[in-house]
Amino acid sequence: MIEIRRLRKRLGRRDILLGLDLDIGRGQRVALIGSNGAGKTTLIRCLLGEYRCDGEIRLVGRDPRQFRTEVLRHVGFVPQLPPPLKMPVGQLVNYVASVCHTPAQRIVDVAARLGFEAERFRHQAFVRLSGGQKQKLLIAAALGRDADVLILDEPAANLDPEARGTFFELLAERQRDAVMLISSHRLDEVAALVNRVIELDQGKVVLDDRVADSVDLTSRLHCEVRLTRPEGAFAKAVGAWGFSDVDQGLHWRGSVAGADRLRFLGMLSRYAALIASLELREAPETTSQPRERANG
Amino acid sequence: MQFLWLTAWTDILESLRARWFTVYTVVFGGIVVLLFTLGLTESRVMGFTGLSRLMLTYIQLSMAILPIFVLITTVRSIAGDREAGVFEYLLALPVPLSAWYWGKLAGRFLMVFTPVFLAMLLAVAWGAAKGSDIPWRLFTYYTGLLLSLSWCFLGIGILVSSIARSVDVAQGAAFVIWLTLLLFLDLILLGIMIQQHVPPEAAVALALINPMQVFRTGTMMLFDPQLVILGPAAYVILDHFGTIGYMAFALVYPCVVGTLAAWIGYRLFRRGDLI
Repeated sequence: MIEIRRLRKRLGRRDILLGLDLDIGRGQRVALIGSNGAGKTTLIRCLLGEYRCDGEIRLVGRDPRQFRTEVLRHVGFVPQLPPPLKMPVGQLVNYVASVCHTPAQRIVDVAARLGFEAERFRHQAFVRLSGGQKQKLLIAAALGRDADVLILDEPAANLDPEARGTFFELLAERQRDAVMLISSHRLDEVAALVNRVIELDQGKVVLDDRVADSVDLTSRLHCEVRLTRPEGAFAKAVGAWGFSDVDQGLHWRGSVAGADRLRFLGMLSRYAALIASLELREAPETTSQPRERANG
Repeated sequence: MQFLWLTAWTDILESLRARWFTVYTVVFGGIVVLLFTLGLTESRVMGFTGLSRLMLTYIQLSMAILPIFVLITTVRSIAGDREAGVFEYLLALPVPLSAWYWGKLAGRFLMVFTPVFLAMLLAVAWGAAKGSDIPWRLFTYYTGLLLSLSWCFLGIGILVSSIARSVDVAQGAAFVIWLTLLLFLDLILLGIMIQQHVPPEAAVALALINPMQVFRTGTMMLFDPQLVILGPAAYVILDHFGTIGYMAFALVYPCVVGTLAAWIGYRLFRRGDLI
């Protein structure tokens, strides 16, 4: 689906990409990681045909620069920073739907699954939405059509845990037919989503690793956390994950998207000294993954 | 074509929401209202009175305001969108580059020309309501000149936007272009050049390639067909073009400049990095 040969890109006097060679096939979910300036965004812009570059790029068998329209029909793109579009939500949805030949309702439906009521904000300028709402709408615009190449630049950064769970489900629906390129500064943000990791540094591939595809993107983990004492900050943090208080701030219960477990544990680690016990258990209705348990 | 109109329509809606468009409309509508309220139709200059007098003044004021307004608003919004990341997202959608570029130009042209034209219509309607004679010939010709001037500076504006990578550079370049063309009007540098004994052919050639000067001379044609105001340069123009020929040139030449600039801009836009 994506073939890159000797890809070089220079911006001003600086070489950004130094001869990349990559092949990414259907069904692969790739984490594109690297520090600032590693070349991730430049690579994405080359893939989208927005940058002219040396070497060869093929998306769905074609040069994205030369056959831009045909190639981009296959591509769903979510940028890292939402563009400051002044157009209202309704107009944006209709515009994307028209140029991508998809029903506007399909985008609206995906947005609704992510928890964003596009119809309600129909007349509101996109730029006036909150960070999370913008992200949900951009994801809906990318996934609300038949795109089989998904290029997602920090897609879940602004999403709340519930929307992230739905986002993982949406990706799971495409995982067999599509190729996904998920860019992030941090591997832990996307680790559970991918089956391949490519790390860029100074314009070169420094790591290209296949990882065990053991996490079911649709799975959920039931979770119980017991604390040694009630703590307001913890209550607020765990409340944002949709957990409920079972025993006066000492016992919390909720569920976490399977692919989000690393992020959840990262949040919990900030309160490690408070945790008396922690139980994470695959919800039986989704998969039969082995049970994970940790006691503190 | 569907993509072109879709892009044009998007740009029209974007312009309608933009503050520059409100200011732009208010300025041109305001000029007409102001000219009426100041009783300009009652005064007489070179035998002109009524609506003809008002249109003459309006067109002279337009020459001063329209080019800089069109240049600055065009380069600001287009280079600003690129800088802010709007292009990164919208150009990742499957829209042909030609439809994107020419659609944006078409939408922007409508938004630039419509307020200027509506102000002219307002003048006609106001004049008709007051029982003045409507100078249709003048109205039609001046509308054509305004259309031509708008297209010319829009083309130059979009060329600057295609080249400049930041709003500051684009704005600076637009301002320098406007200032240069303004300086080479007959009133300023051309006058000095003739005084300093620069060959008259060079001065006339400069006058003929400067779209602002072409517009200015074109506007004179209807009320000063012998171009007495221009002095000896008038002989060159009238000998080569004749009155009708020059009027046609004044309509066509700025359009050609605008189209050429837009086309070069398109080639550069396609050739380089899009964002």
